[in-house]
Amino acid sequence: MAQRYLIVGMGAASIAAAEAIRSRDPGGEILLVSEEGDGYYSRPGLAYYLSGEVPEQQLFPFTEDDFDRLHLRRLHARVASLQPQSREVALEDGRRLPYDRLLLATGSLAVQVGLPGVELDGVVKLDDVGDARRILKRCRRGRTAVVVGGGITALELVEGLHARRVHTHYFLRGDRYWSSVLDETESKIVEQRLQEEGVQIHYHSEVAEVLGKRGRVTGVLTQDGRRIDCDLVGIAIGVRPRMELAEGAGLATERGILVDEHLQTSVPDVFAAGDVAQVFDPFSGKSVLDTLWGVAVAQGRVAGRNMTDQSEAYHKSVPFNVTRLAGLTTTIIGTVGRGRDKDVRGIARGDSETWRHLPDSFAAQDVSDVNRLRLLVGEQRLLGALVMGEQTLSRPLYQLVAHQADVTPIRDRLLHPSARLGDLVASFWAEWRERHEAA
Amino acid sequence: MGRPRARKLSDARHEVLAGGWVVPEPVRCVQCGICSFSCPIDIDVRRHAWLGEPVKDRHCLTCGECVARCPRGVLRFARSDLFERGG
Repeated sequence: MAQRYLIVGMGAASIAAAEAIRSRDPGGEILLVSEEGDGYYSRPGLAYYLSGEVPEQQLFPFTEDDFDRLHLRRLHARVASLQPQSREVALEDGRRLPYDRLLLATGSLAVQVGLPGVELDGVVKLDDVGDARRILKRCRRGRTAVVVGGGITALELVEGLHARRVHTHYFLRGDRYWSSVLDETESKIVEQRLQEEGVQIHYHSEVAEVLGKRGRVTGVLTQDGRRIDCDLVGIAIGVRPRMELAEGAGLATERGILVDEHLQTSVPDVFAAGDVAQVFDPFSGKSVLDTLWGVAVAQGRVAGRNMTDQSEAYHKSVPFNVTRLAGLTTTIIGTVGRGRDKDVRGIARGDSETWRHLPDSFAAQDVSDVNRLRLLVGEQRLLGALVMGEQTLSRPLYQLVAHQADVTPIRDRLLHPSARLGDLVASFWAEWRERHEAA
Repeated sequence: MGRPRARKLSDARHEVLAGGWVVPEPVRCVQCGICSFSCPIDIDVRRHAWLGEPVKDRHCLTCGECVARCPRGVLRFARSDLFERGG
């Protein structure tokens, strides 16, 4: 009898897993169940949909032909519970779906804020394409928005609204943006660019209450008693893995669903991948969450292969993300920050807990105009790097960090206060690559 | 901010026109689709990025629109093997 593969969720991890399963098991039944009616789309692409760079229909990478080609069945339904003993899940409508192998790739959802007035029409988040649609419907010139929160999603809201000519106030609880990952110089670059564009940043500011009239947002009241009139309030204070199914079934969980090196949960034949999976990270020696597209794809592929009886360990690679902050392409590699960000609870989207586990290291930095290069230099290797603006070095740096290249030959020069980091890295990489490729 | 201006293309563009193609770096890609959207002849560049394959489509004009528009620097021009001169 054909194996029955059941995948809960329809994001990047799910699709990568389905492809991996199909490549190894041409006859297996693969069913993807998702409560989100829109199916598979690029969640990170919502930022570009908001800013007007890409139309909505372009966000969907798979056509019907792609699903047919892979013989993937899809079901739009909410899974209510998981019964590992009988190897089935129960849908909200009472139907039951049996499985031989199950993948939980349920992703994460925005953390809710417990403020008076958050139920008002006009308070928005950016979890899914439906949220983006709702935001765009409300964007009209002359309107005003207040955005609260941190990390990439808060900035996506700020930049998206601004691009749609909505006057935007950005509230920060502390004195700078994304303090758990960026250093002071980088935060300042981002904030200055936002301000130059007309975004009003309010430091040390917190919303005490969202004000409304006849059920609609009319403004916010700050904790220090200021009132700002607005039509929209965007909230992005972090995301939380969707673990209800796993918790209800008694699977081991912490901040996410705990998985072993094969991405199997504490229950046989139940796997987890993507935002919801908490995975051992050899880099930090801890079990961590990542909310990165590339990580979700890599985990989905390994989980999918293991669901077809392969035994493949998932080797967490160095966390890596490319994003755009106030118009500047920014690559974040390895461990680059420390401490916590007052504007985010837990983890944000496009984030990695590993970035914040800064071990003993020295920072070497180079900044010219808005181009910024920061290296975290350990005893023998580079532990992390942040490249803002000009991106030529981001690929070499990813390879040097990921392959744990021995940078002893240039370490002292890197740490010299007047070091030309770019030149040093570029010439070192050229030599290293030759040796690496020859080996 | 907002809609970015097209970035300046690589100086090597003229050489690439003769013997090169667009190469994706999949680890940077989030499948947003801006590349395919900006292709004047509707090549599904995003699919190439998902599969990690160079855009070896004989219709590709190497116009650079996808390279310039990608917000995450996924795409770059590279010399094809046929014309490779080391490096």
